[in-house]
Amino acid sequence: MSTYILRRLIHAVSIIFLVTIIVFFAMRLLPGDPILLLVTATEQQEYSEEQIIKLRHEFGLDKPLVLQYFEWIGGVFRGDLGVSILNRQPVIQELWRRLPITLHLGGLAFIIGHIIGIPAGIISAVRRGSWIDNIVTTLANLGITVPNFWLGIMLMYGFGLYLGWLPIMGYTSPFEDFWLSTRQIVMPVFCLAIFPIAGSARQARSSMLEVMGQDYIRTAASKGLTERMIIIRHALKNGLIPILTLAGMGIPIIIGGSVFIETIFVLPGLGRLAVSSVINQDYPYVQGVILLIAISVVLSNLIVDLAYGWLDPRVSYE
Amino acid sequence: MVWTLKDTIGAEILETAPRVSEFRRFRRVFFGRGVVIFGMAVLLVFIFVAIFAPFLAPFDPYEPTLGKGLLGPSKEHLLGTDALGRDTLSRIIYGSRTSLMIGLIVVFAAAIIGVSLGLVAGYYGGWVHTVIMRVIDALMAFPMILLALVIAALLGGGIKNVIIALTVGLVPVYARLMCGQVITGKENDYIMAGRAVGASNLRIMIRHLIPNCFPPLIVLVTMMLGATILAEAGLSFLGIGVEAPIAAWGSMVSDGRDYLLRAPILSFAPGLTLMLVVFSFNMVGDGLRDALDPRLRGVLTTAS
Repeated sequence: MSTYILRRLIHAVSIIFLVTIIVFFAMRLLPGDPILLLVTATEQQEYSEEQIIKLRHEFGLDKPLVLQYFEWIGGVFRGDLGVSILNRQPVIQELWRRLPITLHLGGLAFIIGHIIGIPAGIISAVRRGSWIDNIVTTLANLGITVPNFWLGIMLMYGFGLYLGWLPIMGYTSPFEDFWLSTRQIVMPVFCLAIFPIAGSARQARSSMLEVMGQDYIRTAASKGLTERMIIIRHALKNGLIPILTLAGMGIPIIIGGSVFIETIFVLPGLGRLAVSSVINQDYPYVQGVILLIAISVVLSNLIVDLAYGWLDPRVSYE
Repeated sequence: MVWTLKDTIGAEILETAPRVSEFRRFRRVFFGRGVVIFGMAVLLVFIFVAIFAPFLAPFDPYEPTLGKGLLGPSKEHLLGTDALGRDTLSRIIYGSRTSLMIGLIVVFAAAIIGVSLGLVAGYYGGWVHTVIMRVIDALMAFPMILLALVIAALLGGGIKNVIIALTVGLVPVYARLMCGQVITGKENDYIMAGRAVGASNLRIMIRHLIPNCFPPLIVLVTMMLGATILAEAGLSFLGIGVEAPIAAWGSMVSDGRDYLLRAPILSFAPGLTLMLVVFSFNMVGDGLRDALDPRLRGVLTTAS
């Protein structure tokens, strides 16, 4: 068991390293130059050739690529992710400032998504073929499809502009003004929760249906247990395990969705930082954000794998 | 279907178990669900519209008309006009071309690259497998849309670069599926038999392993067409995708944002079309999966 965990940990760390290498070199080898963007962005000041060379030197962009990478990764271990090229802010500070916002948004979406989705899927499976099943299945199929940027804009129009019930943008910390914060975050959370709701409902339904066809469920029924007891005592235990996989997959999807939702609703989180720094080709920011995302995705996959073995004794650690 | 056949001595043998026609079984399961038929119909309309866009569009989608900006829906302009006076319906019709073209190129390019990588990794195993699949795992460690975003931003917008970015984002999905399929598939007896009669590795891979993986691949291609069209719209929405005058649903939703109060239909209509098309690809993919291989249920997901 412990060697399995150790092996999985090594695998996870190697994946994170590979991500940093791929992103680092891809950004520098593909066309696009942050210094040129910086120079053309500030129009008041004319940059001379020497100044551009000096700028390049200042950010270490004139060094050999491999050296640049080792300097950066060395900094990561010391908790230093470098300085933004565009605004010269330390990257780590900006990440820490934005992380709580994305966690607030994504965490709520994740939790609400599964709290609604899983029971909906279970009910739908138990009442297979009923009108409830039809409604849940149809909504779930629509839910995994709806483009969340479009949904965001439509909600913004309906509840924000047309009805005027909810603010259409901005973020306030819940510790500062809980009511305002909640009103601001309702629509973004809903948009992000749609996929987990629909996805977990579909997964819960199909894995429950599979379990309900198993022999031990028939045995339980034939020894006279009520339907309710069968579902609670026997079906749920095995039926819900596959949802773990989906929950693990939901994390990158929520992160990907937050890129759009934070842009639409003007939330100063990591998703918006990802978009703006990618557009500005601000290497240190992009590297920092991607590192953080890769760590959270890889960690969540690791947790799912380990939880599998803990919940399902049939899964053996080779 | 019951048929008779003559054995060697000429006596008629009645086949007791009628052979199930694979095609008929496929047809029965595939068209068994209303929503799949609906999806199929939508996709046929979508492809038809994309091909015949110039004949179907009532107006030029690119020609701005002064003094006709932001008109509401009317008999002349069924879905109204945008801020530059361009007919929204015509732009949606032309947008279908952008979506379909990018979707098809990306999905097939990614399939060719991904299938080859997965095939090689799964077939040869060992360090080849480790190297390829580690890189694939790393590419999958962040959302596909973010990967495409980084690449598209670095290459600069435009259709060609969007195609490259989305292809890179999609390759890992195929590679992973193919690798898993091949690892289990190569243990089959017929592969051993092929090797025993001296078939080369290449021949075994192309003639035996790939065809054996067709059912899940067809399902994946269908679902990924929807996911790719959605991702392309997402990139265009963020302004890193298809460039300005070209009609693309994602950028139309984004453009409409500035006129939400005056003309909400500018964002509403292209987004709804997008959703309908992606929904149809998913439903047809679901139907294909049920019809081609019921064991696949729940294995493939439509995660974008």
